[in-house]
Amino acid sequence: MPTNLMEGKRGLIMGLANDKSIAWGIAKACAEHGAELAFSYMGDAFKKRVVPLADQLGVTQLIDCDVSDPASIDAAFAQIEKEWGKLDFIVHAIGFSDKNELRGRYVDTSPENFRMTMDISVYSFTAVAQRAEKLMKDGGSMLTLTYYGAEQVMPHYNVMGVAKAALEASVKYLAEDLGKDGIRVNAISAGPIKTLAASGIGDFRYILKWNEYNSPLRRTVTIDDVGNSAVYLLSDLSSGVTGENLHVDSGYHVVGMKAVDAPDIDAASGKK
Amino acid sequence: MSDIADRVKKIVVEHLSVEESKVAENASFIDDLGADSLDTVELVMAFEEEFGIEIPDDAAETIQTFGDAVKFITEAS
Repeated sequence: MPTNLMEGKRGLIMGLANDKSIAWGIAKACAEHGAELAFSYMGDAFKKRVVPLADQLGVTQLIDCDVSDPASIDAAFAQIEKEWGKLDFIVHAIGFSDKNELRGRYVDTSPENFRMTMDISVYSFTAVAQRAEKLMKDGGSMLTLTYYGAEQVMPHYNVMGVAKAALEASVKYLAEDLGKDGIRVNAISAGPIKTLAASGIGDFRYILKWNEYNSPLRRTVTIDDVGNSAVYLLSDLSSGVTGENLHVDSGYHVVGMKAVDAPDIDAASGKK
Repeated sequence: MSDIADRVKKIVVEHLSVEESKVAENASFIDDLGADSLDTVELVMAFEEEFGIEIPDDAAETIQTFGDAVKFITEAS
């Protein structure tokens, strides 16, 4: 049900890939509640995917931004400043790692992929926050996406789990630094969702089934579930909340053991 | 042409915005139909959704042409 919770708010959504993206669930929900949006994408491969989505929501500000290049981030925020003059929120839905290291053993991670994963998946949020801070003259809200694999060991999540742990820590430090200016910084820890990015993670279908059978809500979450919670964190509904990591995971993070009624997972997932 | 081949073709035509006549048995998604590496992942996800099947990563890597896709899906469904 649409509200005017986000009316008058302008936000940049970074990391949209296609209509399965968590960023798309967030974009739809923000638009539904009245926000005005800009999308950033990296290069032509993503541009051709983002353009039709932007059309659906009437988004006209599309910005090519490579978060590994400081000049590119500067240019992106210069464009936003020129168009809008100010910014109320950002959504950072960006992460990357060599998919060959998202299976097997964490201990085998290469130094090159470790550094690249940390740079794209962790530092980029801080780099973006540096620029966004200057445009959030009336306060604002920054949101990033993480996963429970930062807190507990998940099969195949490996270096991305280490990166997400660093990302969650940076949310807390950013919350402290920016809080004085009325800028809130939070994360959503989403349960597993079958996105383009998730297709790089080993045994992902098994992980989805396991979550469906063992989370308190007995289902996996959708991009719309995440979008609804994002509206809470990006709107004034959460005006007193910062440094938080909100689990939108059907409650999976409170579970300590397989549910007694969960079926045999190998049979159910067709693994055997 | 089988029902499966028709449905696969429809997905390929829509996703890659190519003419139906170009989607031949041995048409390579990347070399002949202009797919990039993200398209190939998205196509596999679309096949899984359409046919209610699971295509493991190692199998997905062997699906290079329209014919490969029809063959795999026919055997899997």
